[in-house]
Amino acid sequence: MYTGTALGLFGLLILLLHGAGIRFFSNTIDLILALLSLSFGILIYSYALYRGHPEGIKNNGVWRRALTSRGWLAILSGIVITGFYIVLYFYPQYLGLGADGAKNTGLIALFDPLSQLLKRQPASQWFVYGVLYTLAIVFFGIKFMMKYRHNRYQQFRTLSVMFFQFGFAFLLPEVLMRLNRPYFNFANMWPLNYYFFDQWHIDGLIHAGTLGMFMLIWGLLMVFVISPYLTYRFGKRWYCSWVCGCGGLAETAGDPFRHLSDNSLRAWKIERWLIHSVLVFSIVMTVSVIHSYLGDDSSKYWLTRSLFLGIVSILIAGVAGGLYYFKRYEMAKDARFGMIGAASAILLLLINHFFSGNGNIFFIDAGSLRSWYGFAIGSVFSGVIGVGFYPLLGSRVWCRFGCPMAAILGIQQRFLSKFRITTNGGQCISCGNCSTYCEMGIDVRAYAQRGDDILRASCVGCGVCSAVCPRGVLKLETGEIGVKL
Amino acid sequence: MRNIIIIGNGISGVTAAREIRKRSDDHITIISDEHPYFFSRTALMYVFMGHMKKEHLKPYADAFWEKNRIALLSDRVNGIDFENKMLRLDKNNPVSYDVLILATGSLPNKFGWPGQDLKSVSGLYHMGDLDRLEKWSGSIRHGVIVGGGLIGIELAEMLLSRGKTVTFLVRESGFWNIVLPPEESSMINRHIREHGIDLRLNTELKEIIDNGRGEASAVTTSKNETIDCQFVGLTAGVHPNVGWLKNTSLDIARGILVDQYLKTNQDQVYAIGDCAQLRTPRPGRRPIEAVWYTGKMMGRTAAQNICGTPIEYDPGIWFNSAKFLDIEYQTYGFIPPSPDDSTHTFYWEHPDGKKSLRINFDKETGEVRGFNLMGIRFRHKVCERWLKEQKPIDYVMHHLEEANFDPEFYARQEKDIRQAYAQQFHTTFA
Ligand SMILES: Cc1cc2nc3c(=O)[nH]c(=O)nc-3n(C[C@H](O)[C@H](O)[C@H](O)COP(=O)(O)OP(=O)(O)OC[C@H]3O[C@@H](n4cnc5c(N)ncnc54)[C@H](O)[C@@H]3O)c2cc1C
Ligand code: SF4
Ligand code: SF4
Repeated sequence: MYTGTALGLFGLLILLLHGAGIRFFSNTIDLILALLSLSFGILIYSYALYRGHPEGIKNNGVWRRALTSRGWLAILSGIVITGFYIVLYFYPQYLGLGADGAKNTGLIALFDPLSQLLKRQPASQWFVYGVLYTLAIVFFGIKFMMKYRHNRYQQFRTLSVMFFQFGFAFLLPEVLMRLNRPYFNFANMWPLNYYFFDQWHIDGLIHAGTLGMFMLIWGLLMVFVISPYLTYRFGKRWYCSWVCGCGGLAETAGDPFRHLSDNSLRAWKIERWLIHSVLVFSIVMTVSVIHSYLGDDSSKYWLTRSLFLGIVSILIAGVAGGLYYFKRYEMAKDARFGMIGAASAILLLLINHFFSGNGNIFFIDAGSLRSWYGFAIGSVFSGVIGVGFYPLLGSRVWCRFGCPMAAILGIQQRFLSKFRITTNGGQCISCGNCSTYCEMGIDVRAYAQRGDDILRASCVGCGVCSAVCPRGVLKLETGEIGVKL
Repeated sequence: MRNIIIIGNGISGVTAAREIRKRSDDHITIISDEHPYFFSRTALMYVFMGHMKKEHLKPYADAFWEKNRIALLSDRVNGIDFENKMLRLDKNNPVSYDVLILATGSLPNKFGWPGQDLKSVSGLYHMGDLDRLEKWSGSIRHGVIVGGGLIGIELAEMLLSRGKTVTFLVRESGFWNIVLPPEESSMINRHIREHGIDLRLNTELKEIIDNGRGEASAVTTSKNETIDCQFVGLTAGVHPNVGWLKNTSLDIARGILVDQYLKTNQDQVYAIGDCAQLRTPRPGRRPIEAVWYTGKMMGRTAAQNICGTPIEYDPGIWFNSAKFLDIEYQTYGFIPPSPDDSTHTFYWEHPDGKKSLRINFDKETGEVRGFNLMGIRFRHKVCERWLKEQKPIDYVMHHLEEANFDPEFYARQEKDIRQAYAQQFHTTFA
């Protein structure tokens, strides 16, 4: 275990030294050395950790170790990761990013050889980040699979996130760029991919021939057809804990911190307001951005601003109204909650249309609002807080409080999905393992001890509650909506 | 509005309180001397093992009690005047009740072993036991656990999790074989040893040796071996916590005797949970069943009786579950350690030696009597239905899939199970 830790730290040291401009051999050799040290460090550590122990739940000492119980090591790692994100997002020049075509130096230059190999371009800070991110998912994923070697659901799920991260989020887009095609991740979609509907992105796709058109249509299908259908069939887990990269990191590198999620009622209230506000905001923003590049003249292009706003309003009103009509008895409180959200979104849109000038949202330029959103939600929330605070707030802060995609899938899951977690008769002993290890901070026990099914918008279907339950009480299942299994 | 007082804030007392609140507006007070809030006794082990913190043991947030107008009083009741319906308390003035529920739980058994009251000797039942173990933990290198039952194996697992070595003394010839049939018992024996526990069967504790400072330093066994240790866990079962009520007019045998409405022989006094003993248990059931689930059912039944909808205590089909280190165990219906003359027993074990299924059924009619499972989860509802409807074994064998409750993608065993069944009973089944 010490060997593993030392090797991993050595890998980090190489990265750090390069950050400070110190090289060992050539960039290529140092990069290989660093990546191998990191990978083997994790592998050796995990092997030593689980070797010789019979298969089973491995949570001994989780609340006793400084790293996993908000001790000094947790605070230290929180600061380091957060610092890394701040530099990455806002001061990439310190990582050695060459400005205006200048050559990269430092850490980013270290990754040039790999970037050249993959896409024949020098590395950027995003490339560095992508490599490290993918490495973390793959190797901590292997660690997670060793930990849960008795549980096939956990193994398959982890293989899946590793595959989607490595293949779809990392490799394929790089290869596309090498082939001079648009950068595109087929497993990512609006609104998580918040620039999907930006003018430059849509134009880029439209001008990229058949493949571009396919990407555009794929993106739209994902949002409006494929993802609702999959959520209906399997629950939002098909995305959040099987495909998504943010979820992928949370489930692998973030796994040692899953129990730190706050499962109080207060946290649940904050969660509902926050995540749905982000959703409303992201819809308003996207609509305004599209609105800002459409014209008013129907003879030039059939989709005019008013027509577009009309369609969007009807769509939102239809979805919200339908939900309210069909589900008002079973889920009155949640439905009303949804209504308020949808109504305010429409209201904002209309106010915007009639009172704001061209391309403005509340008299603020749509473009700058959009970049502000990218900064606040895309960078600060998902990266700096979302990952930087893993050791303090748990692994799913972003997914739980900030992700607009999770909000949409959550609404679908809550109202229109066959997915639920069932409780095995009266067998719950109220031990609390499920609630403690739910990374979404769901108080699973509150349902299980009453013998109720768990049907929560935020549940990402990670299956860990079911795995850690010492009495085998919980099962992730699908069945007819509204029928108790 | 009546004044309802409950002694004991364990699962049975708390369930009674909650269910009474659902049905009435009476004053409800719960008195306990152990911990201000209800906590899950069944999960004490996970705190020591570092899976959870103490605060996770509380099934309800602290605000729950005030919101539901259930008053909590931390004190010990040291005497009851049933005549005048009064309780005497250690710290507070006496209080009177209109209705009293006794839910005082159990105490660990001690069989008069020499040295049983030394320091660093303890059972595992109360929060205090956990605190003491935590305090001693630093100086424990080797622990000896006495008594091969559910709590003993939990205590052994706890010590292991903190890097201590363990000797496990079991009086019987196999782990918990007063309940488990031999095959299941030996599976667990193997598993205990796989974890590096020094399991000694057919061995009893003779004496705990004092190190001169009032602490345990070794034990001697019935085989005259001496084992050095810094901790001795006494887990040879529990008995109802009723000693303090003896010499009153309350009718007590081993536990507090209750009728099928859970009433004691005193006016407006009920007893539920571990401390209650049924005068006439249902056929095949024991008069005292000290488990979580029956405590919960009794709490609910008592609440209904107190709130004017009299109902007999009906525990339904027996079920229980546990976890032996990494192997989960479930049982439904009636599976004695060895079947009687009218019963066939079918047993299948996975080649990995960590999963098994046993089904007992009537030799004549084939109707199923019970299920035992290791390492496989079954669906409670389905098993209960099959047992209630007395389904024949052939039917059950054909419908095994319906009962499976394992997580998705787990390897399914039905085919092997059917083959084994066909082989054992020479049918052309499968
Ligand atoms: C370590 C352990 C693991 C277990 N695991 C399982 C399991 O997995 N499954 C299962 O079914 N069962 C299990 N059990 C058994 C189960 O916990 C008990 O059956 C159940 O808790 C009994 O509940 P109760 O409400 O009857 O009593 P208790 O939970 O014992 O509550 C009684 C309370 O009353 C208090 N009290 C007693 N006398 C007085 C007095 N005079 N004044 C004030 N307060 C008083 C006690 O201090 C105690 O707090 C386990 C037990 C232990 C100890
Ligand atoms: S409820 Fe269970 S499956 Fe859902 S997110 Fe929480 S731990 Fe995962
Ligand atoms: S882990 Fe299982 S037994 Fe424990 S509280 Fe959750 S559902 Fe109940």
